[in-house]
Amino acid sequence: MSTTEQEIGGAIVAGGQHDHHEIPWIRRYVFATDHKMIAKQFMFMSLFFLLVGGTLAGMMRWQLGFPSQPMPGGGILPDAMMAPTPAGAIMLPEFYNSLVTMHGTIMIFFAIMPLLVGLFGNLLIPLQIGAEDMAFPRLNMASFWLAVPAGMLMLASFAVEGGAAGAGWTSYAPLSTSGEWTGVYLGQQLWLVSLTILGFSSLVGAVNYITTVINMRAPGMTWFRIPLGTWSLFVTAVLVLLAIPILAGALIMLLFDQTIGTGFFRPEVGGEPLLWQHLFWFFGHPEVYILILPAMGITSEVLSNRARKPIFGYHSMVLALISIGFLGWIVWGHHMFQSGMNPLLGTSFMISTMAIAVPSAIKTFNWLGTLWKADIHFDVPMLHALSFVSMFIIGGLSGIFMASTPVDIYIHDTYFIVAHLHYVLFGGSLFAIFAGITFWFPKMFGRMMNEPLGKVHFFLTFIFYNLVFFPMHNLGLQGMMRRIYDFTQYEFLQPLQPMNEFISQFAFALIATQMLFVINFFWSIFKGEKASDNPWNSNTLEWTVPSPPPHGNFAQMPMVFRGPYEYNSPESDYDFLPQTTPPREGPGPSSGVPEPRPTPEGAEA
Amino acid sequence: MNWSWMLPEAFSTFSEDVDAIYYVILWVTGVIFVITESVLVYFLVRYRHKEGRKATYDHGSTKLEVVWTTATLVVCLALGIASKGVWDRMKIDVPPGSMEIIVTAKQFEWNVTYPGTDGALGTADDFDVLNQIHAPVDRPVWIHLRAEDVLHSLFLPEMRVKQDAIPGRDIPVWFEATATGDYTIGCAELCGIGHTTMSGTLTIHTAADFQVWVTAQAQ
Amino acid sequence: MTAMTADRSPMAGMKVYNLKLGMWVFLLSEVMFFTGLIGSYIILRFAHPESFGAPGDVLNVPLTAFNTFVLICSSVTMVKAFAAIEQGDQRGLQKWLLATILLGAFFVGVQAVEYTLLSREGFVPMAESYHAIARGAAEGSAVIGGPLYGATFYTMTGFHGAHVSIGVLCLCFTLWRARKGAYTAGSLGGVEIMGLYWHFVDLVWILLFTIVYLI
Repeated sequence: MSTTEQEIGGAIVAGGQHDHHEIPWIRRYVFATDHKMIAKQFMFMSLFFLLVGGTLAGMMRWQLGFPSQPMPGGGILPDAMMAPTPAGAIMLPEFYNSLVTMHGTIMIFFAIMPLLVGLFGNLLIPLQIGAEDMAFPRLNMASFWLAVPAGMLMLASFAVEGGAAGAGWTSYAPLSTSGEWTGVYLGQQLWLVSLTILGFSSLVGAVNYITTVINMRAPGMTWFRIPLGTWSLFVTAVLVLLAIPILAGALIMLLFDQTIGTGFFRPEVGGEPLLWQHLFWFFGHPEVYILILPAMGITSEVLSNRARKPIFGYHSMVLALISIGFLGWIVWGHHMFQSGMNPLLGTSFMISTMAIAVPSAIKTFNWLGTLWKADIHFDVPMLHALSFVSMFIIGGLSGIFMASTPVDIYIHDTYFIVAHLHYVLFGGSLFAIFAGITFWFPKMFGRMMNEPLGKVHFFLTFIFYNLVFFPMHNLGLQGMMRRIYDFTQYEFLQPLQPMNEFISQFAFALIATQMLFVINFFWSIFKGEKASDNPWNSNTLEWTVPSPPPHGNFAQMPMVFRGPYEYNSPESDYDFLPQTTPPREGPGPSSGVPEPRPTPEGAEA
Repeated sequence: MNWSWMLPEAFSTFSEDVDAIYYVILWVTGVIFVITESVLVYFLVRYRHKEGRKATYDHGSTKLEVVWTTATLVVCLALGIASKGVWDRMKIDVPPGSMEIIVTAKQFEWNVTYPGTDGALGTADDFDVLNQIHAPVDRPVWIHLRAEDVLHSLFLPEMRVKQDAIPGRDIPVWFEATATGDYTIGCAELCGIGHTTMSGTLTIHTAADFQVWVTAQAQ
Repeated sequence: MTAMTADRSPMAGMKVYNLKLGMWVFLLSEVMFFTGLIGSYIILRFAHPESFGAPGDVLNVPLTAFNTFVLICSSVTMVKAFAAIEQGDQRGLQKWLLATILLGAFFVGVQAVEYTLLSREGFVPMAESYHAIARGAAEGSAVIGGPLYGATFYTMTGFHGAHVSIGVLCLCFTLWRARKGAYTAGSLGGVEIMGLYWHFVDLVWILLFTIVYLI
């Protein structure tokens, strides 16, 4: 890969080096305020929780594939979770309910969300807009250090009497209001406290991101020159800002119901269980867009770069992001079609839900348009990004079935829904996360990840993933319910045992395959091929600074002259044209090498 | 292993309509799936990097955007509008003259209350049955769905019925079976440790057999 | 530290500096938080009116009306504090900050007294307690509130009171900084954002007072 010499303002970027020696180890690596370090902190924390969430899923899949059979290694778990028998340890239904709950909770709140919003938000926003750091670096530090105790509380809840929360990640009332119904006492409360603290972490992060994007863009970085990575994170931050407080209110009211005896959601004292669902899903639907929008942004960045072609319809892509952000607030009732709420509301929510399919479809067509007549390089990030597109198509289309209220009567709370959510969250979000990590790894660590190992990881993951989740559509269509400890108790579901076993086998393989990523990740940090500033020949600002960038990012204020997707532009001799390269003046020979740039005082935005 | 996307057979009057909508959606999404994924694969093969290949410098086409946005919106809204009538019929329009029973969900069983031989609920000759719903064929049944403790969900897959039960509420659920036989009752909302055990049997009798059953139970 | 993140450095963007923009954005989230709580109260009240009582029967409206007046006065003193530092008047800033602190603390104090009096009458958040009191009440004697009334009342006003309390603590911190000369006419961001927060808390109270006490 060729490198374009990057001289910023004629001076080599060295000024930032001094800062490194002055910062004590604990301020640099532990209580860090540099957004790039905080991004890495979120990354390490979240990858750990991703593995935890995967392990929980593995245990669930054991029970589903081999119902009530002794689980290998189950003996190390306490009797409250696994019943000891002469043949081995058999999972108890109460532990299965906790696994279901905690798998969802940990994956959503402690893996996907902090990876997309904590890692990529922190890494990309200041660099892509030309800022030296976030608007509030100490608040940023607080955001990470709030997430850590939240995560610890969540893990600790497995160890308390009664076990971890067991009412589903959706924690519906009245089930969740009392241990009398679930058998879980302190665990359910820890779940609520943990998520409230995590909510604060996300909230202060959102304040930071929004302020930074509005106020700290470099000269020339107009709104419609902002890369889609940052745009998607900006819209996501607005969703976080407005949705998390609703969740916080609901969590607090539920905590009061559980502890001090209020009756918000308790029908036995005049409370309203549906109020919990309305509050939860009013947060919950924007939440699922929080989980997908940054993934879409990452996909756009990688697709355009690896296809060496401008994003097809950049303005529509921005508009689609904003429309999804808006429409996401008026569809929450589609999670509640069968809840007992007024059926007339079912129809209105169905219409708004059908409408929100449109902007996602637009984005998908635009990604295809980006690939049309392109020059496609199949590097590992591109493979994952292409995976995002193809799997998101499936996830999005399956959503149409459940958007239709009468069809939803049959498939609600079945494995069809489980298939849909995993196609968008794994097939979508997680593949985009893999794309993003492999793409920006060189910027974070100054080294490339191993390409062949990355390809093996990708192919195995893609194949196993589809073998696990595609058949779940069929399970749902056959009537298999969600969150069900032993489906063989239902005669009509007994024929589904072979398919469940099939899925479980490949689930174990899928989980095991992730070790390849873990190995690649850690090996590459120490031994990966050294990376240049711009190994992907990309246009956006983060690639104009060294890998990894110094504290303060840019030695001099960057100047932005064009949009982020000028690949194969006639104005450039190369197949890319960075945003900060000054335009050619008049006819004559030109090069992609930026000339020494005027200082900010001399230039007007 | 059943890889088919066909729905299992159903035996209620509205199941044909529901299933029809499902199949329309299956066709529409199936066609879109095949087209988009084929286009994707074709582009990946046709436009893969080769020595000397240059991508086209193209920022998009507003006209194309308008076309596919409108098409998507029209298709989605049409599916929604087509669904509304069936939804209203299934959830709102309980037919007059339905046989009324009460189904009360609790951890972890279904209690079904029948009017006795006087045919009226709430009278002294009402009787209860555990985990069984009996009904005559070709007659609409109006279930007053209740719950005693937490949320449950009455799932009658072969009738295409599903409705969450909320403690403190009485929610109308109806269906009209079209064939006699034994069918499934399931719980489709996580309700605690015994959620998996809430299976029951829905038995559809001929009108005559149903009378016989009622008389036998009332004793 | 370059000019990019300094107190008042408008960039290509809105001409509102970071601290102020950040506070506005944060207050937007607070709007959503109180919307969730107040919205829940309204929904519960409409769906289960029998679980509530009439505010006039249960709550001490005159006392709280006076308390509302106190809080509004504290917003006035806050405005005067900001006006003082805009003129570079350090003594004025400190004087009016102190006045705001005292009024804010007074508000919280009155609220604490109100809570104590109400709970002595049996108006508490616990739903079972209401039922117990209702069961134990002598024939014909009035029982105030309802099983959901206490829960919603204490949650809404309690979280507001917590926000006021945190505001008072932040005001103390601001006063401490002011005494150390941290603010000047050219560098008054800290005071301005404190004012924004304080006015917001006051506005929420006016809304709460109307919805909870008067309607």
